[in-house]
Amino acid sequence: MNKKRDYLFHLYMGLFLAYLLIPLIIMGGASFNDNKVPSIVPWKGWTDRWFIDLWNDDRIWIAFRNTIGVALAVVALSVPIGTAAAILINSISGRMRAILYALMVAPVLIPGIVIGVSTLLFWSAFHVGAGLHLSVLGQVSYIAAFVMLLVLARLQSFDMGLEEAALDLGASHAQVMRRVLLPHLYPAMAAGGAIAFFQSIENFNITLFTRGNADTLTVYVFSKVRTGFPPTINVLALLLISVTLGAALIYEVFRRRRAAIAAMHEAEGRRAEEAGIA
Amino acid sequence: MERLLRRYGAVLTGTFIALTAFWLLVLVLLPNFTMLESSFRPYLPAVEIGGQKDFYSFRNYLTIFGTPFDTSLLGMHFTIPLRILIFLSTIFYSALVTVITFILAYPVAYYLAKIVSPKSLPTLFLLLFVPLWVSEILRAFAWWIIFTFNGPLNALLLGLHIVDTPVRWLGYNSVIVGLVYTYVLFMVFPLYNAMQSLDSNQIEAAENLGSPWWRTHWRVILPHSKPGIASGAVTVFMLCAGSILVPTILGGTSVQWFTQTIQSWMLEALDWNSGAAYAFILLTLCIVFVFGMMRVFGVKLSDIAK
Amino acid sequence: MSAGIDLDDVCCDFGNFRAVDHVNVDIQPGEFFSFLGPSGCGKTTILRMISGFTEPTTGVIRIGGKDMKGQRPNQRPTALIFQNLALFPLMPIWENIAFGLEVRGVDRAKRRKRAEELLELVDLHGAADKMVSQLSGGQKQRVAIARALAVEPSVMLLDEPLSALDLKLRQHMRAELRTIQKRTGVTFIYITHDQGEALAMSDRVGVMSQGKLQQVATPREIYNTPANGFVASFVGENNILTGSVQNPGGGMASFVTPFGTFRARLGEAAAGQAVKLYIRPEHMTLSETAGTENSVPVTVGDVSFEGSFITVQGITENGTQLIAELRNDGSATVPAVGSKRSMTFDAARSAILPDGIKAGA
Repeated sequence: MNKKRDYLFHLYMGLFLAYLLIPLIIMGGASFNDNKVPSIVPWKGWTDRWFIDLWNDDRIWIAFRNTIGVALAVVALSVPIGTAAAILINSISGRMRAILYALMVAPVLIPGIVIGVSTLLFWSAFHVGAGLHLSVLGQVSYIAAFVMLLVLARLQSFDMGLEEAALDLGASHAQVMRRVLLPHLYPAMAAGGAIAFFQSIENFNITLFTRGNADTLTVYVFSKVRTGFPPTINVLALLLISVTLGAALIYEVFRRRRAAIAAMHEAEGRRAEEAGIA
Repeated sequence: MERLLRRYGAVLTGTFIALTAFWLLVLVLLPNFTMLESSFRPYLPAVEIGGQKDFYSFRNYLTIFGTPFDTSLLGMHFTIPLRILIFLSTIFYSALVTVITFILAYPVAYYLAKIVSPKSLPTLFLLLFVPLWVSEILRAFAWWIIFTFNGPLNALLLGLHIVDTPVRWLGYNSVIVGLVYTYVLFMVFPLYNAMQSLDSNQIEAAENLGSPWWRTHWRVILPHSKPGIASGAVTVFMLCAGSILVPTILGGTSVQWFTQTIQSWMLEALDWNSGAAYAFILLTLCIVFVFGMMRVFGVKLSDIAK
Repeated sequence: MSAGIDLDDVCCDFGNFRAVDHVNVDIQPGEFFSFLGPSGCGKTTILRMISGFTEPTTGVIRIGGKDMKGQRPNQRPTALIFQNLALFPLMPIWENIAFGLEVRGVDRAKRRKRAEELLELVDLHGAADKMVSQLSGGQKQRVAIARALAVEPSVMLLDEPLSALDLKLRQHMRAELRTIQKRTGVTFIYITHDQGEALAMSDRVGVMSQGKLQQVATPREIYNTPANGFVASFVGENNILTGSVQNPGGGMASFVTPFGTFRARLGEAAAGQAVKLYIRPEHMTLSETAGTENSVPVTVGDVSFEGSFITVQGITENGTQLIAELRNDGSATVPAVGSKRSMTFDAARSAILPDGIKAGA
């Protein structure tokens, strides 16, 4: 009975993965098809011309530069903001904490289009025109919440005694921060930074309303909807997938290596314990 | 507050507060207040702003009742304001997508949490994350390729002689497919997190007591997963209702989404005041939905936003 | 190098709760002083006030004669060893030890050298580059001590640092701590709920209950002449009898109970207070014939053989249970259950004591 049930579940999982991955494979495959419309049927033979077209497309290079620039700015703002907010909320309690927490997670639940519109209106009231700078601010407003949540989770495993120990040994508040608290938070801040980077790259809704005339990759791709997508978009997709997949794999390898070292140390500690008792 | 000062000193505490205040005030609260304020003001040429015609009214909101439109539902013909129709159909289709993603995601989450051996979990997660890393626009684009008139879906159906002539797929059906595909993982992960925290002994105890599998799910696993369901449902519904990309790319000309209405006010009519009013309507819908979900599932905000 | 600590009428309130209640104690330079008491008695609050993490509500704390009011933890000449040790998990051992020097701007080579010396002092040479997770519990303990010593404090504050260790290691570390204290000459203030630790290591012990200091004295005095009933029953075992005092005089008094009248030492401050009679089990003797004074006929109840001693439970005619602890000198005979015996105790080794100083009193 259980065997049969498990078999059905395996099958379902396989189908689900196929459902997730096949569209991406079709999209990637179309980048090699020598056909003016992006498709794998009819197959008109292998080509690398869409790669070359992409390489020679100036607009896409500008969009690419803009995207990276915006993403880096978003990381540079949202990581400090999210970290500060997490530390702040971790040290207060009661009603004030509940209110602040609700305010901080609200931007995640607000539709991007609302953030885009409100950011545009707010800054234009100060005669700050649309442009990528507004895209950065709009994106930070909700991406900082992701960083905050990650850092807050990490803070929960932090032993406050360490701060007191450092203070007691004569460290100033700044030294405690730099040598004790921040090192503990770095993994969460790094993860937050990575999420901020990728969230920013794929952001569309906020960027569409705040960008002014500047292009980012998502907006550029979107602008091709009306004209019908050229297969260079498939090449772009393929490259983006490869890059993110590569980054993910590298991250995973590092994570496993670190986990292995930590496990080794703990085993050594246990051995020392046993040796001490004997 | 005192605790904060004691732990971090005046300078750092000041920095934390300044950064947080910048975020919450300048990036979140004030923009939304500005949006609310300007949604009550008329759209005027620059020279008339602050002039006699510039006064507060509900005019921008009332335009939603304009433009009557003839439609039919279940064989009944009736007339309804076009933008109301768009608003309602956006809600309806977003809710439909939410239900479909739940049905699709539930077995996957259960499989990941309770059936698959922990050793293969990291690999499975890596595979599941791949589409999540691919940006939304490319996920929609991938389905556009599939659904396009001369695309692989029609080629397959023609090849199998299921249809004789190619079908025009782009419309509400393709939008639903695209939205489900784009957001299903936002349902899988919260469900997985909730189920994973359930002690497997409880499932075995239920089975041991003679409960059939469906009753175990209904009485043990589903109630335990409530926070995950609420979180997944909120996320998926909001993303659907707020989506611009998927309806535009996969909807062709027949689909009208509420976000597209906002977009045309803002970027085509350049009437930011009406745009603000419509954006505020969408925001209200989302707030109502979040609080509704918290009520229905009896969960806290911190359970939803994780 | 070492400094004395003077707590002058110190109180500490948390909201409506008074955690520390008018505590006065003068700790000498170079002394090993323990605060002993059950959890929640206020001893940790005293430690946190001395180290500067909590401010006293009223009263003055002086270290080396200097008022510590407004001095932050990093400005005080104290080093605190935390209950969970609070070693920095992301720094190697030597950086942990040298952290106090690092924040004082000592250069790296000097820091390293000092860390190695301190590791030598605590018998841990060769561990400098290990991580905290690679050490055993006892080794972590020593790193914590070395880290505290590195800043050359005049006062070391130890918050139950041995509580996480197993019994054998704990006993070993007691001796070690004592040795390190004598070697460095630093004033040690030690917090514990374990009477064995406090008695074995300290020069003097302050017993606390409900925020009040009940008695400050040497371990011998605490055990042999407890000031009140709380101290007597918290430190060591006691037979406790209820009754009333008669004919006090010359430091002695009669104590009337339902099963006899006894002579006993009358504790100070017992006049006019609710009192009880306290007799330690090991001061109770068991004989076949009745003694001349302070003798009670009993029926032997439960007898348990514990190795170095034998515990005998005697039941008086009105049903009161008395315990006698007999030393096993190898020839001691175990009385039969149900047999008739007499329990006798020395008047000088029993005491009539008040119950203890209550909060708010």
